[in-house]
Amino acid sequence: MKKKKQKLMTGAQITIETLIEQGVTELFGYPGGTVLDLYDALYASQNRLRHILTAHEQGAAHAADGYARATGRVGVVMATSGPGATNLVTGLATAMLDSVPMVAITGNVPTYLIGKDAFQEINITGITLPITKHNYFVQHVEELADTIREAFCIAKSGRPGPVLIDIPKDIQTALCAYEPQPVVPAFPQQTVPADRIAQAVQLLNRAQRPYLYIGGGAAHCGLGDRILALAEKLDAWVGCSLMGLSAVPHSSKRFLGMEGMHGAYASTAANLRADLILGVGVRFSDRATGDPDRYCSDAVIIQMDTDQSEINKNVRVDLGLIGDITEALEEILRAVSPQSHPAWREEIAKLRAQQARLARRAFETNGSALCPPALFDVINRCKDDDVAVVTDVGQHQMWTAQYVALQKPRKFITSGGLGTMGFGLGAAIGASIGAGCRTILVTGDGSFAMNLNELVTAVGNCIPVTIVLLNNGALGMVRQMQAFGFGRRYSNTELDRKTDYVALAQAFGAQAARVTDLAAFEAALREALQTDGPYLIEVPIDKNQFVLPMLPSEGALADLITECKEED
Amino acid sequence: MRSVIAVYVENKYGVLTRVAGLFMRKGFNIDSLTVGETEDPAYSRMTITLNGNDYAREQLINQLKKLHNVKEVKLLESAQNVERELLLLKVPNHPETRSEIMAAADVYRGKIIDYSTDAMIIEVTGEPLKIQAFIDVVKPIGIIEMCRTGVVSLERGATVLHPEES
Repeated sequence: MKKKKQKLMTGAQITIETLIEQGVTELFGYPGGTVLDLYDALYASQNRLRHILTAHEQGAAHAADGYARATGRVGVVMATSGPGATNLVTGLATAMLDSVPMVAITGNVPTYLIGKDAFQEINITGITLPITKHNYFVQHVEELADTIREAFCIAKSGRPGPVLIDIPKDIQTALCAYEPQPVVPAFPQQTVPADRIAQAVQLLNRAQRPYLYIGGGAAHCGLGDRILALAEKLDAWVGCSLMGLSAVPHSSKRFLGMEGMHGAYASTAANLRADLILGVGVRFSDRATGDPDRYCSDAVIIQMDTDQSEINKNVRVDLGLIGDITEALEEILRAVSPQSHPAWREEIAKLRAQQARLARRAFETNGSALCPPALFDVINRCKDDDVAVVTDVGQHQMWTAQYVALQKPRKFITSGGLGTMGFGLGAAIGASIGAGCRTILVTGDGSFAMNLNELVTAVGNCIPVTIVLLNNGALGMVRQMQAFGFGRRYSNTELDRKTDYVALAQAFGAQAARVTDLAAFEAALREALQTDGPYLIEVPIDKNQFVLPMLPSEGALADLITECKEED
Repeated sequence: MRSVIAVYVENKYGVLTRVAGLFMRKGFNIDSLTVGETEDPAYSRMTITLNGNDYAREQLINQLKKLHNVKEVKLLESAQNVERELLLLKVPNHPETRSEIMAAADVYRGKIIDYSTDAMIIEVTGEPLKIQAFIDVVKPIGIIEMCRTGVVSLERGATVLHPEES
């Protein structure tokens, strides 16, 4: 008896079918020689899978990243071999350091040419080994579909991260049977042992000055409500890392803001004075803790994370809870007894008052009307809560982290761990497409110039992104470090470029305006937020405005600098 | 402090690079790494000896566990495991030193596995300390070349590193 003949498909068709099967509806990328077959398969499936062509593979990688951050879904990027693949590197590293679920698909030369230095051949699995959660070089077409499924599973399981699949050209053309399968579930996470929970509960019940320090893990798991409920029950206060911003609504009275190197005075000081710190999905990074040996040495530290290697990695903790933090937090919330700490409450009120005083003084002593707190006052008034705020990297990023008001999760998108200048525009495009929302990109003249080519993509796809370009004619953050640590020897940080950003944006087909006072800024911003496509607002600002507070390098949290006098 | 860590890995493309790359990027200093097929050809077993403090050891184990192709990681406590290393050592074959070398090889239960007119190769198996002691003995006489395999180790008793999934 003859077996029923299965329909055979090419590796390229199988790749596209498996992406669709795994729930992918959009991907970002750039075609090339070794992905011709994949793009041909995409052409046939364009009604089911939308491909967004960017100006550069790096922009595509950041777009897939922004897409994932804004939606919680796996972002997908595709690129050709050689330079196409190497252009993904910064994007993958950015996603890795911030634990963003991504799948990158690259083409490669046919297997019989591997190792021959063929045209556009590069060992991208070797290059991306340390900057992906896992990667694959597909050697047999029979393994292709399952490899892609496994890649999605790894990308979204536990602590998420980017996964790269390198598919040689002859695997894309080889024929194989394909059976559709359901979306792969994430690996189950281990449950935090009950005795550990009990210990945590005991410590929390005993604490007099409890402080909850939340990070990207808490944001990713959507734990905002639970965190606030726990803070309420324990009479505790909540601060966050850069990656933890937007996890809890900023309007919540329990929320003290971002702590650390450029953090809010209140949360940094509260962290220092706390007798117990509960870290939730946070890695106690050097930018948040300062000198780790001097970090809160008298406080009891409890750390909850799904990644075992984070426990005790950066700071020694007294208790580590490893596993499903959503489940564990729920149990802790149920088990702790309601607390009241009037003295702690009073202390926090004082810290907040001090922070308000500092902010007022910064406002008053600022010579320029277009100072960051005033600008964000306008932004916060004009934007609605569904707008995603995206940043590049530098002073503008820290000002955004300090002043922006966010009420919904996944509405703050920034390159935290890697600090990738040029991340913003691609990420804003991806976020906008993924979440179907308007985005505001706050950027600086340094960062923006790195990847402004993606204006092509924003205009071409009519992305509703408002670009607020804070132009101080300098690489402000590095210049600030030179001001504090290098005797104001501003080596290569004063740009003096002649770029006309308004004309530039218009040349790309975007709308643009330059504003020189707050009223004009507000008018332009309101117009931009009504515009369908991209709108760039250039805001000239004084380069001697510094990000404060700040921790001196190698300082501890106690060394926080809150004021600076700069006479130039 | 010296630790011996056994790692059970899938026999897949690039797995050795993944493990070795981890040492470099996390700044671990390892003394030796051996790898070879297990009773199941789909898996390989690595034995890693690490010289480092408790922090380095804990991080190494936790980071190894994160690698997707790594199925099991176990710290082997010296009281519960046996360790062996193999040494191949080439020395000159001179009439005036020959008997001394052969006597030393005999005491260390070494075998002469190549005997040429100008040189001989001695094979010694044992715990790393024994290997080192033999090297120290022969060094003053003169070593032409040597090669150590690094440590392999198994736990005593019927314990297995990676119980079969059934």
